[in-house]
Amino acid sequence: MTKFVSLKDAIAENVFDGDVIALEGFTHLIPYAAGHEIIRQQKKDLTLIRMTPDLIYDQLIGMGCVKKMIFSWGGNPGVGSLRRFRDAYENGWPRPLEIEEHSHAAMANAYEAGAAGLPCAIFRGYLGAGLAEVNPNIRSIECPFTGEKLAAVPSIRPDVTVIHAQKANRNGDVLIEGIVGVQKEAVLAAKRAIVTVEEIVDNFDDVHPNACVLPSWTLKAVVQVRGGAHPSYAKGYYDRDNAFYKAWDPIASERESFQSWMQDNVLNVGPDAFASRVAFTNAEQ
Amino acid sequence: MNYTPTEMMTVAAARAIRNDDVCFVGIGMPSAACNLARLTHAPDVTLIYESGTIGTKPDVLPLSIGDGELCDTAVTTVAVPEMFRYWLQGGRISVGFLGAAQLDKFGNLNTTVVGGDYHHPKVRLPGGGGAPEIATSCGEIFIVMKQSKRGFVENIDFMTSLGHGKTGKEREALGVKTKGPSRLTTDLCIMETDPDTREFVVTSIHPGVTREQIRDNTGWAVRFAEQVVETPAPNEIELGALRALNERTARAHAGQ
Repeated sequence: MTKFVSLKDAIAENVFDGDVIALEGFTHLIPYAAGHEIIRQQKKDLTLIRMTPDLIYDQLIGMGCVKKMIFSWGGNPGVGSLRRFRDAYENGWPRPLEIEEHSHAAMANAYEAGAAGLPCAIFRGYLGAGLAEVNPNIRSIECPFTGEKLAAVPSIRPDVTVIHAQKANRNGDVLIEGIVGVQKEAVLAAKRAIVTVEEIVDNFDDVHPNACVLPSWTLKAVVQVRGGAHPSYAKGYYDRDNAFYKAWDPIASERESFQSWMQDNVLNVGPDAFASRVAFTNAEQ
Repeated sequence: MNYTPTEMMTVAAARAIRNDDVCFVGIGMPSAACNLARLTHAPDVTLIYESGTIGTKPDVLPLSIGDGELCDTAVTTVAVPEMFRYWLQGGRISVGFLGAAQLDKFGNLNTTVVGGDYHHPKVRLPGGGGAPEIATSCGEIFIVMKQSKRGFVENIDFMTSLGHGKTGKEREALGVKTKGPSRLTTDLCIMETDPDTREFVVTSIHPGVTREQIRDNTGWAVRFAEQVVETPAPNEIELGALRALNERTARAHAGQ
């Protein structure tokens, strides 16, 4: 059953050293506040999974929390590279980083297979692609009906999935709207799931019957963190802080400027700092 | 009218989009070209971004593949697994529009690593994202990319996504039924795929550009078609729409 808890407790009770953890979000609803709490609690040897690791994974890697990253596109969208990811992968700073690289189609299928309780995902992909030659987890299978050679990858089954969403009701059910990404699949594929939300409302009586709702019993912990996706965004609450994504590049380019930014903006503050980083639009009273 | 080589490239790339295309759009230059097409000669084109937004009509260019603008203006937004399974793998996309860090004359693209080998690269790039399956699942592939010896190479360092393979014959050998790269638009010229060898050949040169310039900025021995035409310069409508789009975008991304 869902528990409404503090962010500190949600992470302390569900994220452990060595865990395989997915903090998902496809540009939208990225769980930055939860990622920062993982950094503050100095979790170690994590294997991070995400289709589009962006700044929050750059930060977790740069702070030494990560042993391995499984991903399909690791960059600062529209800006360039993830500097801390590259420093770790190319130079081993602050610790060596292993990678397992896939395509988006493979990871999306692998999350879906994980949610469906299957051991692997099968799809038409990786034809002629170089990744199939360097990643031993990319294999193939013959269709028993047509003989077509199809790609196969292991399903994704994280120990923990962490997502951010618009709202929860008093019962602890969670609503996700807009670009929903792979969050539902990532939650259902995981052993434990933590959700941070912008708002807690009495009920979902006004919600469309086909809306993307995660019932409370699929979640371990729900935490209200206003602005908790910044610099990502929450549709209906605040816009993506594109200016920050651009500003991140020079901050992350040097180890010293990165560490000093992390000290001031992550280690020395708590989740309450997020609300002041965003300009709430219509939904916020 | 004066215009920059980048404006010429964007306009020339946009012209290839047809009004009835269903287009899978990469971020950056492809996104600029596709939206320019929508704002000029192809108002009904369906633009799809891999974040799940189908039939989107953004007023400003997205910085990321999942900006809110894309969802707010879309016909519908679907989950990412559905996007890749039903819409892309399902064969519902006519054109995939891609860019890259490196490409070769067969339209094979690299956005993964440059220099060294895969496990010990000199430069680690963001990776392929959706490209490996976009390259084989879309009806055909258009590429837009600034021309330089660094980017247009004889041998790419990593085969992120399949074009026509190392010999031009790999698609057939792998049973890939889609057309693959058919058109490459650069800041100097337009290249199209030779139907026999599957190599890019220059078919149209932008105004004021010489064959020498094209050779100097290409890492393979460039072939020119028997009939090479001059690319029509951007007209007032195209340039006006592109500049207005870029201005709106710059304002929006400055965070104001």
